Amino acid sequence: MKQLFILFCFISLIMACGGKATDTKSGTNPYASTEPAATTNPTYDPNRGIGKWTPENLALTANLDAAMADSGLKVREVKCASCHKISGEKLVGPGWKGVTQRRKPEWIMNFITNPDPMISKDPAVQAQLELCLVRMPNQNLSDVEARQILEFMRKNDGVQ
Amino acid sequence: MKNRLLNVVIAVAAITLCISSCKPKDLGSAVSGDAASKAYVAPGHYDEFYNFVSGGFSGQMSVYGLPSGRLLRVIPVFSVDPEKGWGYSEETKPMLNTSHGFVPWDDLHHVELSQTNGEVDGRWVFGNANNTPRVARIDLTTFRTAEIIELPNSAGNHSSPFITENTEYVVAGTRFSVPPDNDNGDVPINTYKENFKGHISFIAVDKETGHMSIAFQLRCPGVNFDLSHAGKGPSHGWFFFSCYNTEQANTLLEVNASQKDKDFIMAVNWKKAEEYVKAGKGKKVPVQYSHSLWDEKTHSGKSEMIKEVLVLDTKELTDICYMIPCPKSPHGCDVDPTGEYIVGSGKLAALIPVFSFTKLQEAIAKKDFDGVYEGINVVKYESALYGEVQKPGLGPLHTEFDANGNAYTSFFVSSEVVKWNIKDLKVLDRVPTYYSVGHLMVPGGDSRKPFGKYLVAYNKITKDRYLPTGPELSQSAQLFDISGDKMQLILDYPTIGEPHYAQAAPADLITKNQLKIFKMADNGHPYFTNGEKEAKVVREGNKVHVYMTTIRSHFSPDNIEGIKMGDDVYFHVTNLEQDWDVPHGFAIKGAVNAELLIMPGETMTLRWTPDKVGIFPFYCTDFCSALHQEMQGYLRVSPANSNVPLTSSLGGQASGSAEVN
Repeated sequence: MKQLFILFCFISLIMACGGKATDTKSGTNPYASTEPAATTNPTYDPNRGIGKWTPENLALTANLDAAMADSGLKVREVKCASCHKISGEKLVGPGWKGVTQRRKPEWIMNFITNPDPMISKDPAVQAQLELCLVRMPNQNLSDVEARQILEFMRKNDGVQ
Repeated sequence: MKNRLLNVVIAVAAITLCISSCKPKDLGSAVSGDAASKAYVAPGHYDEFYNFVSGGFSGQMSVYGLPSGRLLRVIPVFSVDPEKGWGYSEETKPMLNTSHGFVPWDDLHHVELSQTNGEVDGRWVFGNANNTPRVARIDLTTFRTAEIIELPNSAGNHSSPFITENTEYVVAGTRFSVPPDNDNGDVPINTYKENFKGHISFIAVDKETGHMSIAFQLRCPGVNFDLSHAGKGPSHGWFFFSCYNTEQANTLLEVNASQKDKDFIMAVNWKKAEEYVKAGKGKKVPVQYSHSLWDEKTHSGKSEMIKEVLVLDTKELTDICYMIPCPKSPHGCDVDPTGEYIVGSGKLAALIPVFSFTKLQEAIAKKDFDGVYEGINVVKYESALYGEVQKPGLGPLHTEFDANGNAYTSFFVSSEVVKWNIKDLKVLDRVPTYYSVGHLMVPGGDSRKPFGKYLVAYNKITKDRYLPTGPELSQSAQLFDISGDKMQLILDYPTIGEPHYAQAAPADLITKNQLKIFKMADNGHPYFTNGEKEAKVVREGNKVHVYMTTIRSHFSPDNIEGIKMGDDVYFHVTNLEQDWDVPHGFAIKGAVNAELLIMPGETMTLRWTPDKVGIFPFYCTDFCSALHQEMQGYLRVSPANSNVPLTSSLGGQASGSAEVN
């Protein structure tokens, strides 16, 4: 009896006071990721990765730009050397020896300038993450710095 | 039978409860049905407004999201914060320097967002220290305290940090009048009337950098300046200060400062004051006050002591200030968005006087005065009065405005918010608050362009609003939807410290300027370590400088030997990360100060003095990666006469070490 009455009251409370639902008051989120969370994406190109770099806009020459490689070494010492050795030995992340043979140059450029989306999607990076367990940080490399690092990697792999 | 009767009684009570639930006015715990959806911000979505709230006696400023009431950040300002190393790191210590030396605590009373053309511009937010009088500027690109300036000749900096409509000035009026700093202050307290003065500081703010400097001070009668607001639009060029204790009591103010029927709102023609400054009418007075400035490039604060301030005496320059009589110890002194109406809130009064700027100007032009108070002309009450709101409630404290010509006044004694129309002075709505509301806040509510929509009541008494937590309770804020004719309570939430005033700005105004990292290339800290290759230890006599880096997830160096008893060790830690939201922490066993929290690209320094021989671990305090737990190191302390060489290393590789001197 008592329970029935209380139940009745709650129903009338909800009916009497329940206004129409309004939209949530959320604002826009400019930092929200626009990349879908799914890890399988049929359009993903594992040779190129995700980012602005393509074989065309990268336009590598066969020969080494030695000055550019030297600049790359300087950038490396500040932003990369804490985690990567120039030998093949793993430190926090994998060593750099041979990386330009294992990966396409545009893939390297995309990965080092745009790591987060590729860590979420690239099968090779995900396999690497299982070994290292530290997501490669975005070190906010400029396009010029990234290109210099690539040149240093080429030098490190014996390009003359 | 007895049982059935009981059931009926319970049922009737329940029905009554149900019916009255729809009338929130009558029942503090009830809100109408759509309140939750109005305050709800879905996971992953942003709030509509940033809400900057004074932390009161915590000395800090808190930032909430509205309408969710979620606490986003506590910005350390006037009090040390060991969590962030504020006041503990070598770089931040100068920020809390004053003419009294290092001051670790204060009482941050009010906040004010910078404005351009009378509209909130989202560049800076100011806060005032009430105890050791100072004003702070917080940079809204970093949400950090960028500058603090001390105020000479002042005590109890309460009517602050209100600003003019282009942030030309931040003002600071003294609540506890005192003898000026350069006078002999060793006087009997009961000579208040002769020897005590109230100074009002006009702090100029640089348009580009925000840098503050005291342009001039007005020497005013010894009273208590309480709150203030600048004129705007037609009244731009004027500032209005409420004052109480015009009785000039120096003891038992509770009784002795409540004698008069009317105290004053002091109207200040600051453009006139500027003219006098230009004409050389100011007097340079020797004083001592500190000015602390944060440099984002060196990641360091610097403090300098300033020795002089320019003072204009309002007793001699009689056309700067005018007194408007205002009933019963006015607190709030608020100017409506049009700039025409000045609302005084006498905290012991039962009506609200509204003054007209136009009438005030006419009265001054016609010299329609009602005597002189301590050398300042008193305008006749009726001559400046637009009208009074009759029977609004008891104990009006503070008024904010919406964009539709309405005012919202808090009533401490009758514990309610009252909405009234500025033009016809009619009460439109009233809602109870829980309990005893102090200040109010409408986004943009003291600017020329209020954003309206919400009102927050900052209550002084919490009592039974939340789960009890012993004798000490957090403060209570209440959020109202004011978009309709009636104010609707939609959320209750606790706040830190004791919020007095608050401000809010649309999120977009502030998010667009956010700094995410400090660029390593711009780091100009004298002990910056530009990559692990430069990590090293350097001995200078008994000072040892450790140039240390952090990156996920190790320190370099992480093994340090050759530290001796009697050494002072300075850990200069540079965070090599260049990604948003990857700070690293640094803490070492036995440190008598605090930790460091170092943002990406930043360098911070912790001073540490070993107190015994042995091995001291240090570690990262801010979870940074799956290998965070591995981010640690060891430091070896040897006896003073030991010959263990100074070395440092990482992974068996020696980093640099050097002996200077």
